Amino acid sequence: MPAIAATPRYHRRRWRNRLATALSIGAAAFGLTWLVLILLVLVVKGVGGLSLAVFTETTPPPGGVGGLLNPIIGSLILTVLAVAFGTPLGMLAGTYMAEYGRYSKLTMVVRFINDILLSAPSIVVGLFVYEIMVAQMGHFSAWAGAVALALIVIPVVVRTTEDMLLLVPDSQREASSALGVPKWLVIRHIAYRAARAGIITGVLLAIARITGETAPLLFTALNNQFFSWNLNAPMASLPVVIFQFALSPYEDWQRLAWTGALLITAAVLGLSILARALSAKKVQL
Amino acid sequence: MDAAVAGRGIGLVHDQAKLAKTLRRFRTGDAIFKWFTLTSAVTVLVLLAGVMIALLHGSLPAWRAFGFSFFTSESWNPVTEKFGALPAIYGTLLTSFIAMFIGVPISLGIAIFLTEISPERLRRPIGIAIELLAGIPSIIYGIWGLFIFAPWLQVHVQPLMIDTFANIPVLNQLFAGPPYGIGMLTAGLILAVMVLPLVTSITREVFDTVPPVLKEAAYGIGCTRWEVMRRVVIPYTRVGIIGGMMLGLGRALGETMAVTFVIGNAHRIVPSILAPGTTISASIANEFTEAVGELYTSSLVALGLILFFITFVVLALARFMLMRLEMKAGK
Repeated sequence: MPAIAATPRYHRRRWRNRLATALSIGAAAFGLTWLVLILLVLVVKGVGGLSLAVFTETTPPPGGVGGLLNPIIGSLILTVLAVAFGTPLGMLAGTYMAEYGRYSKLTMVVRFINDILLSAPSIVVGLFVYEIMVAQMGHFSAWAGAVALALIVIPVVVRTTEDMLLLVPDSQREASSALGVPKWLVIRHIAYRAARAGIITGVLLAIARITGETAPLLFTALNNQFFSWNLNAPMASLPVVIFQFALSPYEDWQRLAWTGALLITAAVLGLSILARALSAKKVQL
Repeated sequence: MDAAVAGRGIGLVHDQAKLAKTLRRFRTGDAIFKWFTLTSAVTVLVLLAGVMIALLHGSLPAWRAFGFSFFTSESWNPVTEKFGALPAIYGTLLTSFIAMFIGVPISLGIAIFLTEISPERLRRPIGIAIELLAGIPSIIYGIWGLFIFAPWLQVHVQPLMIDTFANIPVLNQLFAGPPYGIGMLTAGLILAVMVLPLVTSITREVFDTVPPVLKEAAYGIGCTRWEVMRRVVIPYTRVGIIGGMMLGLGRALGETMAVTFVIGNAHRIVPSILAPGTTISASIANEFTEAVGELYTSSLVALGLILFFITFVVLALARFMLMRLEMKAGK
């Protein structure tokens, strides 16, 4: 061995290996540093503005004091509506792909297109909804914002529903079919039940994704300085308010933007960690 | 409850009429449910077609007014209503290129770290931490980039770049001053961080498809870790890595909010990557609600159509490549 170890070629290979190892470790450190930096700045800049007023008062005029009540409620309303529209459609489509047409050409095509929609630019979704709803109705509205977000929910739910149903062992389906249960009841009572944790995870991930979405809301739900329950009118949402306030020259607004940013990030990361915990439990079972 | 009915229906009910009725109910239920699921699946396709048709329809006035010159014109003047997409397309491609140039090697490094180097116990937490980067909303990257990253670049990094490259031909054009802080490079760097988690997680996945026996054989004849990665794992997974890169590229091309904050929204083409520019998505986000007049709006929709088309092609290629690898892995 020592004779081989002494050759320059051996040294070169060892050093190259060490260099590659060091670079890889550096890359991982780089990624982690960014995460830490972003979270740190968010907490430092955002916590200062946290107070009860943030949750009880509406957005202030420039220079005034206020909170983020209307965008918080607006975001909640838009999210609930989007999930209510998007989840059933996504689940049914995923069900077709996993249960009825598992090997059909249609499923292949839908899977391919759905994967593309999954990563399609969200601003294009906003333009689409603008064209079909806002331009037709003549005004911006919360409905349009909810539809835009629903279009982002659908591909996520389709994908997870299909994946999770495919994980359900066929022997379970066959066992209940052998008892004479028709297919739709097998799906509803056996397959859905077995895949429930996974499908819920998918919905949670979809919610996490739309919570931070700004681009599709810019010209659908627009923004509203005041509190409003009217779904036919523009509605404030956290991301859009952050966008507007952060780019404004007023310091109070910028401070509120940071606080809103902290709230959104906490919500999104909380949701993704919850989803992860749910799916991890599923894998253990 | 229905399952209980099912049991009763087949096994216990002797009344012929009742049995027939139950069976009929099962059949119609089945047909209706299947029809619902099928319709939903088809709806996904209709959505995609709908997006294309709506964008095409909305952009018609722009195509009619400018024709092919929309792609080649550099002007973007709302007053004279002369619009061209070239600066936005250029900015989109340039920022995405910067993002890939920096993001892909780092992603590969992280993936190698997580599959080969990291102690078993750290793999999961570090992997999750990297994936959390993907969970951070893009508007957070934007506000962070504008208030923290861009000023830092402006003071500490960009002057250094301008000085270092001042006497080197070509590079002194690319890194010409003044240091704005915001601009193409800043947007590209932020995008690089945003594509990291996506490219990393796909690279990790495809690394896992390498049969262990291949790696063991290479280690067995005395290869170093780097040689195993370089000569065995990366060649074996090349298609998948490229697929992952293209997915990342798809994300970078279409990313809106993070870029909108730091790009500077200037419709022009200059050699310096430190200068403000614009991308397709940033132009739309910045100008759409303020666009007055049919031609202005429709030009922005046309930009959206171009973006959709570019990302569609990139993402389709990416999926196609990943599908090929999946087949190879025998899934």
